[in-house]
Amino acid sequence: MYDFAVERPTNLDDASRLLAKDETQVIAGGQTLIPTMKSRLASPKTLVSLTGIDEIKGVSPSQGSVTIGAATRHVDVANETRTLYPALASLAANIGDPAVRNRGTIGGSLANNDPSACYPAAALAGDAEIKTQERSYSADDFFCGLFETALSEGEFITEIRFPIPDRASYQKFEQPASRFALVGVFVTQKSGQVRVAVTGASEEGVYRWKEAEQALSDDFRREAIADLIVPAEGKIVDIHGSAAYRAHLVKVLTGRAVDSAH
Amino acid sequence: MPKDFGFGASSKRREDVRFLTGNGRYTDDINVYGQAYVHFLRSDVAHGTIKSINTERAAAHPAVLRIFTGADFASVGGLPCGWQVTDRFGEPMKEPAHPVLAQGKVRHVGDPIAAIVAESAAEARDAAEMIEVDIEELPAVIDMRAALDGGPLVHDDLETNLCYDWGFIEDNKDEVDAAIKKAPHVTRLDLTNNRLVPNAMEPRVAVGDYNSSNDESILYTTSQNPHVIRLLMGAFVLSIPEHKLRVVAPDVGGGFGSKIFHYAEEAFCTFAARELKRAVKWTASRSESFITDAHGRDHVTTIELALDHDGNFIAIRTSTLANMGAYLSTFSTSVPTWLHGTLMAGNYVTPLIYVNVKAVFTNTVPVDAYRGAGRPEATFQLERVIDKAARELGIDPIEIRRRNFIAKDQFPYATPVALEYDTGDYHATMDKLEEIADLKGFDNRLAQSKSKGKLRGLGLNCYIEACGLAPSNLVGQLGARAGLYESATLRVNATGSVTVMTGSHSHGQGHETTFPQVVSEMLGIAEDQINLQHGDTANTPMGMGTYGSRSIAVGGSAILRATEKIIAKAKKIAAHLMEASADDVEFSDGTFRVAGTDKEVAWADVCLAAYVPHNYPLTELEPGLEETAFYDPANFTYPAGAYACEVEVDPETGKVDICSFAAADDFGRIVNPMVVDGQVHGGIAQGIGQAMLESAIYDEDGQLLSGSYMDYAMPRADDLPSMVVDHSCQTPCTHNPLGVKGCGEAGAIGSPPAIVNAVIDALSRGGYSHVDHIDMPLSPHRVWEAIQT
Repeated sequence: MYDFAVERPTNLDDASRLLAKDETQVIAGGQTLIPTMKSRLASPKTLVSLTGIDEIKGVSPSQGSVTIGAATRHVDVANETRTLYPALASLAANIGDPAVRNRGTIGGSLANNDPSACYPAAALAGDAEIKTQERSYSADDFFCGLFETALSEGEFITEIRFPIPDRASYQKFEQPASRFALVGVFVTQKSGQVRVAVTGASEEGVYRWKEAEQALSDDFRREAIADLIVPAEGKIVDIHGSAAYRAHLVKVLTGRAVDSAH
Repeated sequence: MPKDFGFGASSKRREDVRFLTGNGRYTDDINVYGQAYVHFLRSDVAHGTIKSINTERAAAHPAVLRIFTGADFASVGGLPCGWQVTDRFGEPMKEPAHPVLAQGKVRHVGDPIAAIVAESAAEARDAAEMIEVDIEELPAVIDMRAALDGGPLVHDDLETNLCYDWGFIEDNKDEVDAAIKKAPHVTRLDLTNNRLVPNAMEPRVAVGDYNSSNDESILYTTSQNPHVIRLLMGAFVLSIPEHKLRVVAPDVGGGFGSKIFHYAEEAFCTFAARELKRAVKWTASRSESFITDAHGRDHVTTIELALDHDGNFIAIRTSTLANMGAYLSTFSTSVPTWLHGTLMAGNYVTPLIYVNVKAVFTNTVPVDAYRGAGRPEATFQLERVIDKAARELGIDPIEIRRRNFIAKDQFPYATPVALEYDTGDYHATMDKLEEIADLKGFDNRLAQSKSKGKLRGLGLNCYIEACGLAPSNLVGQLGARAGLYESATLRVNATGSVTVMTGSHSHGQGHETTFPQVVSEMLGIAEDQINLQHGDTANTPMGMGTYGSRSIAVGGSAILRATEKIIAKAKKIAAHLMEASADDVEFSDGTFRVAGTDKEVAWADVCLAAYVPHNYPLTELEPGLEETAFYDPANFTYPAGAYACEVEVDPETGKVDICSFAAADDFGRIVNPMVVDGQVHGGIAQGIGQAMLESAIYDEDGQLLSGSYMDYAMPRADDLPSMVVDHSCQTPCTHNPLGVKGCGEAGAIGSPPAIVNAVIDALSRGGYSHVDHIDMPLSPHRVWEAIQT
């Protein structure tokens, strides 16, 4: 790790002002950034931490949705959405290990957009609204490929609003070593409309499986996707799974998500 | 009635108090006044010629004390290999130079190019980034077959990548070939024993220190055998005589074999401390551990088992490629040969066996002993091929094993692969296994799994291992360049407490608890009056260290012998105090008595008399009460057992869940049942790691793809089933005085075949009988792929 400075603003304006300077880097829970810095693969001069800003922490339910501050830790999401949005709570409760869940944040995970992370699938399938200090994005517009998002320089997420679906389920098939999603599928149904988001599988990052959405919107049963074919093309290949295996898992896990959605 | 102290008691591990409260003292906790730090600049390519190293800018870094390169070690010896193997044709193995820092060429990712010594570790690393190294990358050779088939040469001067071509027993080859040719049935299996990264919880650390006042070098290091490191490094690398070299291995956080070997960093820190007249410390990062700790296993094997129509074994023939990596690590050459070929008889009567091993150099990290070392590789292939044969012949897997077991009345049993098993009762451990694994209930559990859409399988395994390494004269004939005895000194203090000094080393085994139990049993004094001292060449007698499940069998026997000497002398002192003949003195429960009288004297009074010899037979007996004994075993010990594993396979995803694991072991007599349970649990967990999760995978350029915990899967608590372990079947070892056999490696040897056999059984029962083998680790992806084809 190279030397660096840390700023810990307590309000959004200070954070924005600090991040407007050169060679600054926003940090939330640091669960990706700190290991990267330790291996000297990142060398920010100044880290601007968001974890001192109270107004972007916490879970607040409102009519038909739940809003989660970007600096809310996974453990808090897991605890506080358990009855409001069980599929989201269970996703949060199974990220990493307790140490990761006690530091890592939902905003950090979404902004990092790791192609195998869990939260992007929840945001995309859940039709979440992702707000920053400057504007608001729909999840469909937010994720732009591996580790890429719509965020511009100095822009950071402040909160995420999840509409509460009628039913939902997240099925994660763990990569044996990292326990990130080898493939993860998040399915929601709201007013008859189904959204299916897949993480871990595609070389393009998190995506919606629209054929399945169509089929399941017509008939919310596992059998409805039986005849769909998930192409292996464009799927991630690594030592833990081939493209064909990942494609296969997309369908299996979607079926299981439908079976278990509640 | 369980005992509450002494031999056979489950005394709680006393060392755990300091380990669990953060009071352990590991090598990284040792800081010497004025110490500097070294960072190793390592090769990031697997094979290349070093054209130039420009250290000018780095050397100008204000915190840098000195930068060393290979040239600085031109006059220093290389890292030695401790075992010379003779090939099929009577020629010695090929033994390339193994420099402390690379000279001319780099041969694997992680090979050290330069060592930067600076005031702090961070500054040493900063300076390392300023070194300009020009390496002309050469094609790397990773695959063993390619290495033998005209691939790039790892060592140009050897003109081959073949280290040796070993035949065992060469004279039997033709007879084995003929028997297999005419056998009614031959089962053949091709398999790989996956390469593993050892992953001790504590990474390696070395602190070299030099005392100019007496010209003594001190090395603090994470070692399983400090005396061996002193011997190897002093004699072969740095030419420091033993009386000027002290090696200390304090608390060590796991080794599993990887901390047996003498590593370049140890020699470097000792050398640099002498050069700089300052202590030099190195602490491996986890990333560094992945590419510098000697890896384990990595065998590719074809095994053939010839049987008659009734399933009786006629002959076994194996052909193995064993990866040595880029250099010969300390005991690398012995693992695929004498620790592997000699075990191919397993628990069975097989009249004819021939083992061929070709050891191969590749551009990968050196490979050496890893928990079990050769014996897991032997057991895996044998027990997999037996299962396959049973399936082909339609014989129950338990029945085929029982039919071929060496029977109880056949011991001592000479195998066709040079060992003589002293005792064993393989039917007894199988009987016990059938009971503790509740094999009768399997059909019910199978039905339950089926109702959930899961495939259930039952896998069995029997193993034997040769432990308690080893008779020195025997291993000397086989090529070992060291003896394999142990020693112990018992220092009885004036007030009767006892300090036991041993050359064995504990890095998780619990010696501080179990060794005093032996002494407590013999002296009849409380265990807390007995302390174990180990890990420092300055205050322990010469010992060969801890590996090969040898410590209680060899080190414990040395302690027993030393304690016998103490008792013999103490009886003479007691006889004097009681004015009796020593022949009439009896000793039990800490009291000396004259037979047939009411005369007695307590242990503590005898000890006091030895050190305050006012009333003492000084003309006949020296004062003091301290004895040393060396013990060199007459044979290996042969722990054996039968294991069973049940799995559920999800046919949709290929995911395997291990539902249960049962182990019935025969370890001979047992000092501490709880510690033995723990050793078996840990061994099984490690075996589950190999069978299900772990794999060191290189790409074709020699980059380690599974080089961090993001990609190298270690077993975690929720990967492990509840285990039933039993060691009530005991056929005591006949040749060591304790009757013990050793238990440290059994679990890691016995579990992988049971797991793979269980998965193949599940697939077979579930309608996928075309799948006759899947190479480890049985990841969901591999199992799914096997089902697809």
